[in-house]
Amino acid sequence: MLSRVADSLYWMSRYFERADNASRVVEATYGLILNPAKFSTDERWFHAVSSLARGTTSAHVDPQRALFLLVADPEGAFSIMKCIGGARENARQVREEISSEMWEHLNKLFHEVTGTDLHADDDAGAMRIVNIVREGAYRFHGITDTTINHGEGWHFIQLGKYIERACNLSTLLDSYFSVEKNADDLDWVGLLSSCAAFEAYCKVCTAELKPERIADFILLQPEFPYSVRYALDRMHHALTSISNRSLSRRTGKIERLIGRLRSAVTYVQIGEVIRGDLHMYLAAIIEQCRDLHAAVHEVYIEYPIEVAFES
Amino acid sequence: MLARDVKCSNIMIIDTDAPDHSASEAFRRYEFNGSYDEMFRSTDLPRKQYRPLYTQLLNLGADELRRSKQEADQSFFNQGITFTVYGSEKGTERIFPHDLLPRIITAAEWETIERGLTQRITALNLFLKDVYHEARIIEEGVVPAKIVYTCKHYRREMRGIKVPRDVYVTVVGTDLIRTPEGNFVVLEDNLRVPSGVSYMLTSRRVMKHIFPTLFRKCRVRPIEQYSQVLLSALKSLAPEGRTEPTVVLLTPGSYNSAYFEHTYLARQMGIELVEGRDLLVHDNVVYMRTTFGLQRVDVIYRRIDDDYLDPLVFEGHSALGAVGLFNAYRAGNVAFANALGTGVADDKAIYAYVPKIIKYYLNEDPILENVETLLMSDAAQRDHVCQKLDQYVVKAVGESGGYGMLIGPHSTSEQRSEFRDRIMAEPRNYIAQPTINLSTAPCFVDGTIEPRHVDLRPYVVYGENITIVPGGLTRVALRKGSLVVNSSQGGGSKDTWVLQN
Repeated sequence: MLSRVADSLYWMSRYFERADNASRVVEATYGLILNPAKFSTDERWFHAVSSLARGTTSAHVDPQRALFLLVADPEGAFSIMKCIGGARENARQVREEISSEMWEHLNKLFHEVTGTDLHADDDAGAMRIVNIVREGAYRFHGITDTTINHGEGWHFIQLGKYIERACNLSTLLDSYFSVEKNADDLDWVGLLSSCAAFEAYCKVCTAELKPERIADFILLQPEFPYSVRYALDRMHHALTSISNRSLSRRTGKIERLIGRLRSAVTYVQIGEVIRGDLHMYLAAIIEQCRDLHAAVHEVYIEYPIEVAFES
Repeated sequence: MLARDVKCSNIMIIDTDAPDHSASEAFRRYEFNGSYDEMFRSTDLPRKQYRPLYTQLLNLGADELRRSKQEADQSFFNQGITFTVYGSEKGTERIFPHDLLPRIITAAEWETIERGLTQRITALNLFLKDVYHEARIIEEGVVPAKIVYTCKHYRREMRGIKVPRDVYVTVVGTDLIRTPEGNFVVLEDNLRVPSGVSYMLTSRRVMKHIFPTLFRKCRVRPIEQYSQVLLSALKSLAPEGRTEPTVVLLTPGSYNSAYFEHTYLARQMGIELVEGRDLLVHDNVVYMRTTFGLQRVDVIYRRIDDDYLDPLVFEGHSALGAVGLFNAYRAGNVAFANALGTGVADDKAIYAYVPKIIKYYLNEDPILENVETLLMSDAAQRDHVCQKLDQYVVKAVGESGGYGMLIGPHSTSEQRSEFRDRIMAEPRNYIAQPTINLSTAPCFVDGTIEPRHVDLRPYVVYGENITIVPGGLTRVALRKGSLVVNSSQGGGSKDTWVLQN
């Protein structure tokens, strides 16, 4: 597969996952602020904004503004609209590699999302977009899994999806646990819903909402698709499949990085993590995901020519 | 006019079941303007090949047609079948405007087109080989040296280079028009990177979906084999000894107006779609950069103009091609389709000599005629045209896509005087043709059926032999009265049905 194509598939998938994640977080948060609670609306939005728009520091985000910012801000790099646009633009670069069904769905979704001229104070309009994206995302995952060959390209799509998910979940956990003491049950429901995990959590742990169990579920649960561990396992699978296909050039670094990441969520218990520095632990996962991204880029996408002629 | 009526009179007698006038509400706004009409011989008298369509249109209400049109539009839009318009800021991506009603060509008409194009392309290919080798045709004074060597698209670098199997033009899209007498004539040859074939293929798919019964009833010949035909033609160019050649399609990228087509064809042929930055040349061998490492490339179906292929040889600042491609080509390690320098044969001044070119190489009379063409480099012809600019269509010789053109009868006096100056400044760069009324075909516009001017671009593939898939792109001037069919200038397309005998 062309390196450029692999790169576009990877980014298409990352942007799409980012939009998907944002839509769940916004929906959950919006649901929360409708309830009267001790935790202020502003702070809840701050969770959402800081977990999505990385690098936001302002502690006071105007709720109305936040909703618009996360959904439709044409300037902000993190709005759902921007991410869907990014996914589509990458897909457009590799139209011949993805199935017509994938392209048609993504293209339609893009036009549905960007077709409406959203006013900054149109809550209902914004939530309509969120809903379209959330549902469109399930369909996109389904179409992707059923209409293309599960070959190298598909593995790059998986890699993009799960590396983005691992980072997003870690950031989200971090933002909720950074103000753990002020949180009430509703907040924990918000966190679980942001990960599409509420029902799954209840099935496994009952509806009793204990922060430690919630962290355990989202971080270490091996069988739930929106857990960090699950995402890392899928990344490992994708990377192994890709390197089995290529003529095993310098993939050592990638193997080391993904191995270390997986062991960090496989051979620990939640108690140790929580009693230690959860923030540092999550930051390390995000940092290592970044390193992994760089390593993949160096080995498969932008390798030096000399290396190619050596083998 | 008269001659045609006589010729057709034996068919007209059968026409007794023509519906009465009250039934023809659908054609209420169908006005004839002296052009040849593809569908009607005269009011309410459809030609034989159009009769099933005619009956269908009488039975379908405007609402139903509108619904079908919407369905087709939606299908084009969702599939992202779009093109890009240069020079317009907003909404650069548009769906390709298309018309719902098919344009129908009889088996006999097609037979002439097929023979005519085969003859023409064979001769033009021989011309290219000659011009870049011995140049006999110039030496013998059939085509003036000055016209050839001053051509913008003549590539000195191609002198003496042997191209695989002597095939210069693998893909050709020739524009045909129908004169008021009903004959097909050649308006221009496109021998460089003709586009539009994806619209031919995709609109066929949509039409089959919308008019299934009619389609079967008419016995339309298939065109879906185009990608296989093209792929095998491309493979036939592979350097010797490369039994399993790697063929790629080289695109300028997603901002190019024909990007949809590039992706479509690559997918249909199952070949890689590469950009210049995916390619690199090492020891005169071309490679593409893959996740496996570097992979050798044997044949490049390039959808980039000559000028941008290799910054070492042509435009130095171009980032669309790759450094060293031309040397690899010269070394015979890679093949291009089409070859470089083919533009010299579709230059609009050379066009005037094509009948002579056919005669010279094949010793045959042209089956498809040319449109009368006046060369502005000829003083007498120039004076004549400049005095009567309002009666002529003036074209820049190296342009295509409807750019750089003056349509005399529809022009303002400022435009005319501007063109007069341009012609005087650079006479070699212009030709003039009398304004020709292109034939009209029924189109579904604003809820009714009206005639619009059309041309026809069949696609010719030169592989082991010459193949023309029965069909082509019928381009429509969607603006009422307009004669410009280019998609960049408000033109659209129609599906073209060539009937089985």
